[in-house]
Parts: sequence; structure tokens; C-alpha cells
Amino acid sequence: MKIKVFSTVLVATALTAQITSADTLRLLTWGGYAPEEVIAKFEEETGHTVEVTTSNNEEMIAKLRATNGGGFDLAQPSQDRITSAQEEFGIYKPIDMSKVNADQFIPSMLMATATNTTYEGEIYGLPHVWGTSGLVVNTAEAGDVTDYTDLCDGSVAGKVSYRLKRPTLIGFAYSMGLDPFAAYGDTDKYQEILDQVEAKLTECKANVKTYWDGGDEIKNLLRSGEVVASMAWDTGGWQLNADNPDITFVAPESGALGWIDTFVLPARGRADDAAYDWINFVMRPDIAAMITNTAGNFTAAVGGDEGVSADLKARYQGSFDQAAVDNIKWYPPVPAGLETLEGATLDRINAAK
Amino acid sequence: MTTDGSKLGFYLLLAPILLWLVVLIILPHLGLFWVSISEKIGPREFQTGFGNYVTFFEEPLYWRTFARTAIMSILATALTLIFGFPIAYYIAKLTRGRTKTTLFLMCMIPFWVSELVRTFGWMILLRETGVFSNLLQYLGLVSGPVEFLYNDAAIMVGLVYTSILFMVVPLVTTLDSLDDSLIEAGYDLGGNSLSILREIVIPHAMPGIVSGCIVVFMLSLGNYLTPILLGGKDSLWFTGMIYTQFITRFNWELGSALGFLLLALSSGVVFLGLKLSRQSLADTMGRA
Amino acid sequence: MANPAPDLQCLDLTKDFDDFRAVDHVSFEVPQGSFFSILGPSGCGKTTLLRMIAGFQSPSSGDLLIKGASMIGVPPNKRPVSMVFQHLALFPTMNIGDNVGFGLRQRGVARAEIARRVDEILARVGLPGVAGRRVDQLSGGQKQRVAIARCMVLEPDVLLLDEPLGALDLKLREHMKVELKSLQAAFNTTFVYITHDQSEALVMSDNIAVMNRGRFEQIGPPQEVYHSPDTAFVAGFVGEANRIDARLVSVNGPVLTLESESGAALSVEAAQSGLSAGQRAQVFLRPEAIELTTSAEGLEGRENVTKGTVASVLFNGANSSVTVQHASGTPISVALPQTGDMAKLRPGSTVYTSWHPGRARVYPAPGA
Repeated sequence: MKIKVFSTVLVATALTAQITSADTLRLLTWGGYAPEEVIAKFEEETGHTVEVTTSNNEEMIAKLRATNGGGFDLAQPSQDRITSAQEEFGIYKPIDMSKVNADQFIPSMLMATATNTTYEGEIYGLPHVWGTSGLVVNTAEAGDVTDYTDLCDGSVAGKVSYRLKRPTLIGFAYSMGLDPFAAYGDTDKYQEILDQVEAKLTECKANVKTYWDGGDEIKNLLRSGEVVASMAWDTGGWQLNADNPDITFVAPESGALGWIDTFVLPARGRADDAAYDWINFVMRPDIAAMITNTAGNFTAAVGGDEGVSADLKARYQGSFDQAAVDNIKWYPPVPAGLETLEGATLDRINAAK
Repeated sequence: MTTDGSKLGFYLLLAPILLWLVVLIILPHLGLFWVSISEKIGPREFQTGFGNYVTFFEEPLYWRTFARTAIMSILATALTLIFGFPIAYYIAKLTRGRTKTTLFLMCMIPFWVSELVRTFGWMILLRETGVFSNLLQYLGLVSGPVEFLYNDAAIMVGLVYTSILFMVVPLVTTLDSLDDSLIEAGYDLGGNSLSILREIVIPHAMPGIVSGCIVVFMLSLGNYLTPILLGGKDSLWFTGMIYTQFITRFNWELGSALGFLLLALSSGVVFLGLKLSRQSLADTMGRA
Repeated sequence: MANPAPDLQCLDLTKDFDDFRAVDHVSFEVPQGSFFSILGPSGCGKTTLLRMIAGFQSPSSGDLLIKGASMIGVPPNKRPVSMVFQHLALFPTMNIGDNVGFGLRQRGVARAEIARRVDEILARVGLPGVAGRRVDQLSGGQKQRVAIARCMVLEPDVLLLDEPLGALDLKLREHMKVELKSLQAAFNTTFVYITHDQSEALVMSDNIAVMNRGRFEQIGPPQEVYHSPDTAFVAGFVGEANRIDARLVSVNGPVLTLESESGAALSVEAAQSGLSAGQRAQVFLRPEAIELTTSAEGLEGRENVTKGTVASVLFNGANSSVTVQHASGTPISVALPQTGDMAKLRPGSTVYTSWHPGRARVYPAPGA
């Protein structure tokens, strides 16, 4: 089946030689980041048309890799996945800061993202939406779960779920008192950390009901009560909280993992002007608030939180006090090759009985 | 001797299928093979070699999953045959006219919705808070919720359900062509149901059985959604591994090698199956 | 009864389907070693009757005995009868030897014994050494013999044959008639043969039952059925016959005088016709019962003499006939001996027909 997909991609590549008019913006983004109303307003104001493809980090990179950075004019991968992908596959082009209205960005986030996405002296990413992953817990049934390793506790056996992906490795490492981000540059040291996490996750496997894959899957598991504690995104927890006040997002004691989704320009994008127009448009405080209300996460726009619904703000504040905010572990750029080590570890955990 | 005109016609008729074969099948596979023999030695640096294939044999996870997938697919094929044969026999031999058409259509109804929806349907039935679990509790057969999902049995159910039509259709076709008087002759000559099934019905249906099994085996082996969604934390499926290599690990090289191995595996099993059942591919595909 | 029970005995056998009665109170018996034919048009119920004997259908009422034992409720695979199917139903996936040995395998006979008996029976039907061949390697007549061998190897009490010659071409069919009869004689097994072809039934049978609408119209040896049909249906169905619709004018002892619808006077001998004057009747007259002459000389004193002209000549070797048109009345078919002057008859020739009153049969007209 994958072979078929792959061949289709190859053929699609060959056939994408069609001309796209410069004012069509082909946007590769996450679900919720480009709501209908925002697109309608943008098209009305600028005359551009927008085609949206929703995806996730891995698929965004895979798609752009298959076309050598073509087929899309603007993409939104997380900031830690930009330099390594650029180094390996060369699928992005640098940002022209003169075309960006930098005043609309929260300076500290703009600065941090610029630093993290600089490759060979060029900036490749601008911050857009940020959020965290941590614990989503049914507090009535698993109030004791306050950190990642608590998921392995006997009291929640068989009612736990997490993804078998790299954030799980990193979250558990922090929870075990290790500092994986500090070891990013040191392969041997990082491997040592991975080995410890592997042992822990292998031991924890019996506690897990199933490894979840998609956002809807984990929400269903939590909503039905089949799972009472999980590692998941903050927005998922807040959405469930709206239906069932017992379920909410909990920032783990060892720190939530913070991510920033960015704007990047694919190497062979054809509508750069439209892309910059979109960036400057969605970073306006009013538009940013609209996006926050649909996506559930806050943006890097100055004043973007002012128009956000009171409920969402309340949930955010319920999950994050100031100490928890300060304790967020922001993903640094992933060095190229590190994911191969993580992949091997994940495979071994998957295969362990 | 053919005239030049008819030769031209022959090549014109041949052109679409050749084009299809070359552009959509041979070229992508050549490309895939080329990728599979590229070994990564650094960022954007590759060398030619069979390292990716070596990785497969050195890493127990890969070949264990490979073997597991093959065995589960064979089991799924066998189960599909066991469930599909009586259905096909009933449709082909015991019903007539409108009933036959209706039953045949009913077999196809599940295929009017997407595979994803079908699989979600099974999740709703099998999950801990699902229909079966609640029914058993309601009937007082169990005291607490039962989880049917996230194990190999759930995968089997999903695979059999997904592929049963592809077993039933060729079986109905071959069984339809079995003259009723052959079965009656079998009884008349003193045969019982079992010996008639073994000596008359099954030998006659063999081409249908084999072609059904080939299709179901291929579908099961290449299935991606069902094992991922219904399977549990230990339920690995080889296509899932290929997906992981291509998409989450960005390792197209190993992914391509795994893809080629899957191709070899399916061809190998089909070849073996044909040898064991003493059928030829041309026969099987021609008759069913 | 001092005699052993007949091989096959049907008592008041009836089969009802949802909306019609296929077999209607049929009773007959077939003695051991005889060739019994059931002759009837398609749809007369003969196949249903045969399938009841074989056990594929169960009777609605009545009883069926084989060698004196009731077969009601006995499944087909437990009955001492075997059946040769219309299209023979040889198993295409097996070779000839396995086909013939199928029944013995079901009985659990040892392999060597099966092989011996298969070879023996194939030799008896005149096909030695074909055991290893595939079914499609044999000719139509050979398949026929294999189908019989496949049944006979089981030594059944009764062999049922369901129009097995239907699919053969004419020449082969003629040949197989003779062969079937001699095989039956050689095996000395009771054969029950159904057919719609009267010639097959006449040639092969010891006894014929003529069946119509689920009932037996007559049972008897071929000569009797042919020459003394009990009913108008039998007279019309078995063999060729001219049918003349007439009305009874007077009865004079055994001699009936009738007037055909076209006004010709007919004289027929019929002792117990049960007819009375004025009643409508049907007269049946076989083509070979009519004498044909080219002149009126020597016809003095004969009865039923009529002058006519030849309408057409149907040359068919020994079975040639002419159609004669009388001045009044319907054309009648007359057998044409291929001798002397007769061979020279052409359409338009003047001929005289005459027939003996004893050679015609008369029955009440349907509904009369």
C-alpha cells in the first residue's frame, strides 16, 4: 500500500509541472490553523486565493521531501524540525525579514525562533502558534498522576495511553530527572539517556492500554473513561474539560514540553508574496484571536490573547500557574541524525514483550 | 501473416497497457529499488550498497514483524476461506434469482463505505465501552467491562471482514459453474456430504479458492489501517513499519528496502501456494 | 406370492408441488432383470418419478419398494439404485478410473480391490485400459459407457437412466440403443429408463409405461403399446398415426360405421369402444396399415377404399411415405414401400388407399 502511495507521489511530482497563478497560496498547515472565516477575510482583503492542506510535522516534511520543496507556498512545521530537515533535504528557503511586519510578533518568541531556525547564517522560520504537551488526566479517577512517570503507577494500570513517539521519550527523561535537551549535542550521552528511558517504558508497557495515534483517538479514549491518564496536548485536555470538568490538562511537575509551530517557505514555492501577505495578515491581533479560538492554542502575535474567549483563558490559567509556565521545556532544534537513535529506541520498546 | 495495418492496430491497442505497466508500475519500482540500495553515510551523502537489506536481517524487530505479518495474513486468508466458502456455497447452490442477487449485494454493502469508516465501526463494537461489552454485561454473562479491541484477534476480525467479499466473489463464480447433477451423482453413488465436498466440490472450486486466497492474502499483507487501528501495543504490521520509515523516520532508503522485501514475500507465498495446490496462475486467473 | 418380490414396486406414488401435481397415483412393478421404459412428453412427470426412485425427491404419498423393502425416508446414498444422469455427470476433476471407483471408495473397499474391479467393469463395457485417461479425452459414446460402468461397478438392484442418449448425434444414438440393450442383457440388471423418444423405448424395452400429465396411460410390451394403444394419447404419442376426427353413425356388432368431419364414411372394427351412435370420436390409423395401389383393380370387396392424389412424396429410404389428398377430407400419411410401381409415384399421381377395419383404433373424442 505504501509502495502505491510512493509511486503516486513520484508520478504526481512529474505532473506538477502545471502553472499555478501567483496569487494562489498553497498552504500546508495543521488542522485549525486556517479557519474558513480567516481565509474568507484574507481573500477579500488581498485578492489571493488560499488552498489548505492539513497535515502533521512528519507528513509535512515527507511531502516537501518528495517534491524537493515544491507543491506548497507556505508550510508550518514545528521550530525544532526545521534546521535538521534543511540540512538533510534542503526543502526550505530563507525568510526575507524585510517583507515581514516584525512588530506584530512577541519579540522574545520571534528572537528564540529565529535563533533555533538559523541554518548557515540564514533565518528559516517565524513563530506562529505555540502550545505544550503534558498530561491529560481524569482528576476524579487518577488525581495522583502529576508527572509522566506516574503513568506507570499500578493504580492506573490498563487505563493509560501515550504515543510511541519522540515527545514521550523526552517527557519521560525529564520526569526521571534527566536532561535530554542538554545532551542533544552529545550522541553518547543522549544514547545513555535513551537507554534508561527505554528500560522505563518497556517496564511501563504492561500499564498501557494502547499507544494512541491520532488526536481524536485519545480524546475518545478519555471521554469514554477507558483511559484515565495520558500524555497528550494541552488543547485536547481543554476541549475535553468543556464536556467533562473532571478531565483537564495537567502541566507535569518536571515541566510541560513546549513547541512552537512556525511559518517556513518551501524551497520551490511560487507565491512568496502571497505567503508573506498571509503571515502579516494572520499575525494581526484580531485574526490571531480567531485562530486561537478555533485551534485552542495561543499565538505569538502581540495582543493576540485579548480577543480570546474567557473560557479558554480560564482553562489555560487553571493548567498553568506562573511556575508551570517558567518550567516549560522548549524544544531546541533537533540535530540531524538524532532521530535515528530515537527511532531505534522506539522500535525496541515496540517489540519488547 | 498479418498485414501492416493489423499490426499497427495491435500496437495501438497494446500501447495503453504498456504505458500503464511502464509508467505506473515498472518505473516507480525501479526508482524504489534505486533508493533501496542507497546507503546514507551523512547529510545528503549516499553510497550504493545493500546495507539497508542487511539492516533488515540484523534487526530482529524487522524480520520478526515480517514473519508475524506473513503468518497472520495466511491465518486471515484461511479464516476468510472457512467463513467465505459456506456463504459462497449458499449463494451459488442453494439460492435462485432474486434472493441470489440480494444476498450478493448484501455482501457488497460494507464496501460502499470507506475502509476507515468500516474499521471505526468495528472499534465501536469491540471497545471496552462498546456494544459487545455492554451487551455481555447486560445479559449478565460478565461482571465488568471487557476489552475486545487492541489485540490480534481484533485484527483478525477486521481483516476477515475487510476481505471476505474478495473470497466470496470468485468462489460463487466457480461454484455456480458446478453442475448440480455432479453433486447428485456423488450422493447417488453412495457418497456422504463430507466425501462429496472433498472429492467433487473442492476440486471443482480449486481455481476459485486459489484466486480468492491470493487476493485475500495480498490485501491482508498490504493492509495498513486495520492492523494499526484495531491492533494493540504489540500488534506490529509490516506495512506500518514501512510507513514509519518513510514518514516519521524520513528513512526512505530502509523503507524502500522493506517495501521490496514485502513484494518478494508476497510473491514467494503466492508461488508456494500455487505449487502446493498444483494450480497455475494462468489457470486460476483465467477461470475465476 | 411365490415369486420373490419384484426389483422395483411403486404403489400409488404421488408427488405434489406447490401449485401442481407432478406424479398422480402411479403404480407399477418391474420384475428382476427387465428393461422398463417410462415414455412421455417433457413435463409429464417422468423425471420427478425417476428422482423419487433415486431418492432426490420424496413422494407426497404412496410407497416405493426395492426388493420388497420400503425406500421411504432412505437417502439416495443408502439406496441400492444407481443413476445415469442426462448429461452423464462424470466428474471432470477425476480420471476415468477414479470416476468409476468413486462409489467403491465411498464403501471403503481396499485400493487394490477397487483397481481390479474398475479394470474388470471397464473391460465389460468394452473400454479396457482407459482408467488413466481424462474425461474430456473420451468420445460421447465412450463417456456413455463409462457412466454405466460407474454405476454397474456397484452392482445396484436397479439402474435408473435419465434420457442419457439425448445429447448424442443420431447415428451414435441408434448405435447406443442396441448397445444399451445388450449391456442390460449382459449384466442382467433391472433398468428403468426414461425418455421422450418413442423409438428408444420401443427398441430397448421389455415393458413400456406411457406417461402423460403425471399418470400412466398404459403399461405393456412395446408391440402391445404400439399396436393396441389403450388411449387416444398413447395412440397418438407412440409411433406415427393419422388422426381422423369423426362422428359415430351406427354400431353393428363389433363394426362401427363413422363419418369423418369431411363427410367420408369409415368402417372400423372395435369390440368394446364404449361409443354410442352420434358420439364424436377419433380414429387413429398407422401409415403402414394403409394399403396403396395405383389402380382400382383387385380392390373389389375391400373396405375403406378411397381415391386420392399424391400431394407430396417424402423419401426416407425404407421409411418413405406419401401424403395423399382425398377428394374430401384431410391429407393422410401413407407408408410407401420402395417396390415396383410405387417407386415411381410423383405428386399429382392418382392412387387408391384402402385399410382393414381391424387395423384402425377408435376412441371417444376428448370432452365427448
